[in-house]
Amino acid sequence: MEDGPTVEIIWTTLAALLTVATFSFLYKDNPFYKFAEHLVVGVGAGYFAVLLVLTSLKPKLYDPVLAGEWWYIIPGILGAMMWFRFSRKLSWFSRYPIAFYIGTSGVAIPLYMYNNVFRQLSATLDLSVGFGSLTAVWGILIVIGILTGLVYFFFSKEHKGAFGGVAKIGIYVLMMGFGASFGYTVMARVSLFVQRIAFLESWGVMLKNYFS
Amino acid sequence: MNIFEKMVALDRRWVFLFLFVVVSFAYFFRNSFSVDVVTTKEVESIYDFIEGAEPGDKILMSFDYDPSSLAELHPMSRAIMLHCFRQGVQVIAVTLSQYGAGMVEEVLRDVSAEAAELYGREVSYGTDYCFIGYRPYPAFVILGMGENFRVFFPRDYYDTLLDDLPIMHRVRNYDDVKGVLSITSGTTSDMWIIYGNARYNMPLALGVTGVMATDYYPYLGNALFGLIGGWKGAAEYEQLVDQPHDANRGMPAQVAAHLTIVLFIIIGNIGYLMSGRKKPKIGV
Repeated sequence: MEDGPTVEIIWTTLAALLTVATFSFLYKDNPFYKFAEHLVVGVGAGYFAVLLVLTSLKPKLYDPVLAGEWWYIIPGILGAMMWFRFSRKLSWFSRYPIAFYIGTSGVAIPLYMYNNVFRQLSATLDLSVGFGSLTAVWGILIVIGILTGLVYFFFSKEHKGAFGGVAKIGIYVLMMGFGASFGYTVMARVSLFVQRIAFLESWGVMLKNYFS
Repeated sequence: MNIFEKMVALDRRWVFLFLFVVVSFAYFFRNSFSVDVVTTKEVESIYDFIEGAEPGDKILMSFDYDPSSLAELHPMSRAIMLHCFRQGVQVIAVTLSQYGAGMVEEVLRDVSAEAAELYGREVSYGTDYCFIGYRPYPAFVILGMGENFRVFFPRDYYDTLLDDLPIMHRVRNYDDVKGVLSITSGTTSDMWIIYGNARYNMPLALGVTGVMATDYYPYLGNALFGLIGGWKGAAEYEQLVDQPHDANRGMPAQVAAHLTIVLFIIIGNIGYLMSGRKKPKIGV
């Protein structure tokens, strides 16, 4: 079928109906929502399966093996061994590719430590990190925030007296963090909603132009 | 049940309905409201980075998101790419999201056409930008590209050899690009930080969804030289490149939604405190 205004309007109308079906969940769960949900999961899984074949299996296994590079069959066999997980008797086969895969995390461990521990530690103590003219003040607040936050998670000593007071400041710091996350989350969800409203608006305009 | 208990036990569908009405109203009458978008240092630093690039410099843009976060991330992709094309900075595009390829193709096509019209010069595939495609397993792809782009991408998305694309001449790995910008909605951002920046030390900036933004602030100044968070960040970038578009259009609706939620939080708390801090029986 050639792409034309009729085809475009059919697809866009379908997308608009699926949008409405998805939003209907806000009222309560219903068959229209379930249909839209299952459609997304099914289409997504099918698309990904085909994509994996075209971007991985074919260029990295099928083509090289046919071209005589037989050693590519080894990762192919390892990959196939993963499927033994579905057999209770033979599931031990799958441990070998999993072990190999997890073994590659050796690359990640030092990089992870460097990035998420050492670098963060040094950044915390760097008072020049901050915003605007009050850089040093923000830097000190960051240090205080982190220390009090850590104290809150120190459970080997009862949170009483001065220690309890510091832990309480830690709770407020954590709450500020959660508040910022919540604010950003609201922004994210509203962005998605506004984009859908904009889409429905453009669908309305498209319908109007088509029928006039 | 007194008024305060009712306030606490308010059926959440009323909240949804109220939000729907308020946000729709603010969106459709957006031209009647003006929202000042104040730019922040973390967004400005990405702008300055591209502004400071020489024509012919290359950046790697990784579009690591899928259609579910298109609304938030497309505006920042568009604004950054327009800026690159305005500066004559060449864009090497890649996606590490399995659902990203079709979307990236679309955004590249649309923004290059828009840039050509805006800046009055041709923006062509292979010279000003290219799309090298998608490969699964982001961590390995990021590590592989650090050695040579051709390890995972011997050909571009359209099956042309990378060596046949003028933009890829003398481009071997991250050393040959000015920096990496990842527009991301998932854990790929962590992989760019751990396997990309920590391993190869290339300049890295992220554009992330609002939900993710607070998680990446601690990396600013060490792993990241810039961060664009959600629609607000995208609106800032649109302002900086003087091309207000979707993100700026949506800001009145954002403000209205936030105010509505603040209002409901206040109502809920008043109800909670005045009803003697009883645990509410939520309707649905």
